Amino acid sequence: MDKFGVANSQKYDVYASRLMPREEFFTSGHRSCQGCGEALAVRWVCKAVGKDAIIAHATGCMEIVSSGYPQTSWMHPWIHVAFENTSAVAAGIDSALRILHRKGKIDHMPKVVAMGGDGATADIGLQSLSGAMERGHNFTYVCWDNEAYMNTGIQRSGSTPFGAMTTTSPPGKRSFGQSTWKKNMVAIAVAHGIPYVATASPSYPFDLYFKVKKALETPGPAYIHVLTVCPTGWRSATDLSVRLGRLAVETGVFPLYEVVDGRYRLTVEVPKLKPVTTYLKPQGRFRHLREPQINFIQQQILERYELLLKKCEAPYPEFPSLAPSEEGALWISKD
Amino acid sequence: MGHRKGMEVSIAVSHAVALARAEAIAAYPITPQTHIVEHLSSMVANGELEAEFVNVESEHSAMSACIGMSATGARTYTATSSQGLALMHEILFIASALRLPIVMTVANRALSGPLSIWNDHSDIMAAKDIGWIQIFVKNGQEAFDHTIMAFKIAENSKVLLPTIINLDGFILTHVVEAMNFVDQALVDKFLPPYSPRHTLDPKSPVTMGAFAMPEIYTEVKMKHQVTLMDSYQHITAVWDEWAKLTDRAYQPVERYKADNASTLFLTMGCLGEVAEIAVDELQAAGESVGLIELRLWRPFPFAELRAALAGANLVIICDRALSPGGAAPPVLAEVRSALYALSHRPQTLGYIIGLGGRDVSPESFKDIYAKARMEVAQGPSQEFYLYGVRG
Repeated sequence: MDKFGVANSQKYDVYASRLMPREEFFTSGHRSCQGCGEALAVRWVCKAVGKDAIIAHATGCMEIVSSGYPQTSWMHPWIHVAFENTSAVAAGIDSALRILHRKGKIDHMPKVVAMGGDGATADIGLQSLSGAMERGHNFTYVCWDNEAYMNTGIQRSGSTPFGAMTTTSPPGKRSFGQSTWKKNMVAIAVAHGIPYVATASPSYPFDLYFKVKKALETPGPAYIHVLTVCPTGWRSATDLSVRLGRLAVETGVFPLYEVVDGRYRLTVEVPKLKPVTTYLKPQGRFRHLREPQINFIQQQILERYELLLKKCEAPYPEFPSLAPSEEGALWISKD
Repeated sequence: MGHRKGMEVSIAVSHAVALARAEAIAAYPITPQTHIVEHLSSMVANGELEAEFVNVESEHSAMSACIGMSATGARTYTATSSQGLALMHEILFIASALRLPIVMTVANRALSGPLSIWNDHSDIMAAKDIGWIQIFVKNGQEAFDHTIMAFKIAENSKVLLPTIINLDGFILTHVVEAMNFVDQALVDKFLPPYSPRHTLDPKSPVTMGAFAMPEIYTEVKMKHQVTLMDSYQHITAVWDEWAKLTDRAYQPVERYKADNASTLFLTMGCLGEVAEIAVDELQAAGESVGLIELRLWRPFPFAELRAALAGANLVIICDRALSPGGAAPPVLAEVRSALYALSHRPQTLGYIIGLGGRDVSPESFKDIYAKARMEVAQGPSQEFYLYGVRG
């Protein structure tokens, strides 16, 4: 740990940047907004996914900016069906690959990746995601969390943070913006007893990269929740996207951690959290907040961070391991 | 070549799916579709069918998973009913637009509310515009045959459209019937393995499900419409090929004792067999009456239907669904529009029967016949009638 609170492992990753793949799978020419943190995240995740994969994507910003017929930004085999069913589509792909492999119609099994925004994940697509995780499909789900329905014009979702102004959670005489706390998708994923769950951010690209690698290598379902800064919806300067992603981590708003077989571990340690105002201030969506609300947010952030640290120190995992041994591993596919 | 055996129709359908060597199945249980998927599930569990069976958490996910399966290149099957078909609704349009040859059995059942598990056609009629090929069968033998043939039709490279086989819930699904089965060798010869041109394959990546701007949306829709209408010739070609192999011939519009009949009944699904009894008895009593059974619902067989109905004075169209607030129930509306272009067209009267499992007997048809003749004599008082309704 250096004087800036940066973990040594993080510094190592900086030096290792030349080792990252140069091949682009999410190509330029897409129509995302200036400063889009999500496009940045997609690019890194696709690099980590590598060539040998099939992607199912939910309706949303990333689908709309990248797949207007007759153009595409996707170098992977890629399918978009609807908003709420990406996990079910991915489950179908996984099952088809299994039977085709078993019948000798394909010679190996590509990786299956499902992607969707926070609305597609935490709200309308929660059921199909839950079903696919519960059934143990071998796939990795990546949630692009820009904390509202940005594609339709910044409406609140279950993932919108407390106090945020959106077009459907506007502040007013009887409102201070979003009145509920952000849905904890990571805890929901962990509660399914799946082998790999993580949070990630494109502001920490190497952390993100290695988490995706780990998720793909883990047999069975994996879930990665990526906070993606949205200058359009967050009312923030477009050149601040990477910085805001870092501030989310440095203030404890969005800690970076992973849950492997039910065991929590912080992957980016922050010895001293910055005040939450450093994260809230550059964002227009929080501009209307008064001191009581900011104090409440600060207190909640600290309490939740403490709780997370306790989970990391827990001597026992959140759930008993479903993969007790190499031979008996439940997540290994039938073939 | 084959053998004759008594069996519950649902079980026969699942055997047909197994004979077709379906590779991927995603299904969610709903009465009265359950026996089909239960039996398929057990065949997969016993290793009798080499397939992946996915117990999805809803019908919405069932159709979504089927899209993933079919797009990856697996021969894909599912079955549903009523609320399940309604829950799939959104995804049904996308399956056909993606041109994925999924085969689905719909065990026709009334839509809620009020909740009813019993048979009518309100589920499929609410989904008539989904862009799928839609076929109705009237007995177990037809259900068995058409399930196998559906895969061959859907997977034809000139067609590539998902296909629904409509099977009346309970009245057909749960009845035990003697049927002629075919052996695996015949089906293997008839139906080669599914090998699609484009799949989700990292070796040759494609983007599926791109969105369309106004400049292209209409053209995509036109192509879909043209393909669905053109599928007619491929559907009948597959049926003809099956007839050569099994001596069981099928037509898009079936005629039963309809030659020179002054009055014709028109039915879909298992009501046809009931109407046949009524026609036999009415003819024995000297009435000039026959029956037209509409097998192919989509693409709608305009030419054949016109030819079959043109000579009659009166056509009594029997619907098993209501189109609340509409001009006419769905089948009546389509038949009327098909006949409209004729200079000498028969009079049409619509009777909605058998809603929510209300029993329809040969006597019902005889009664409808008498009532219809009276209406014609007096001049019809309504556009269509809800037969047997109280109050």
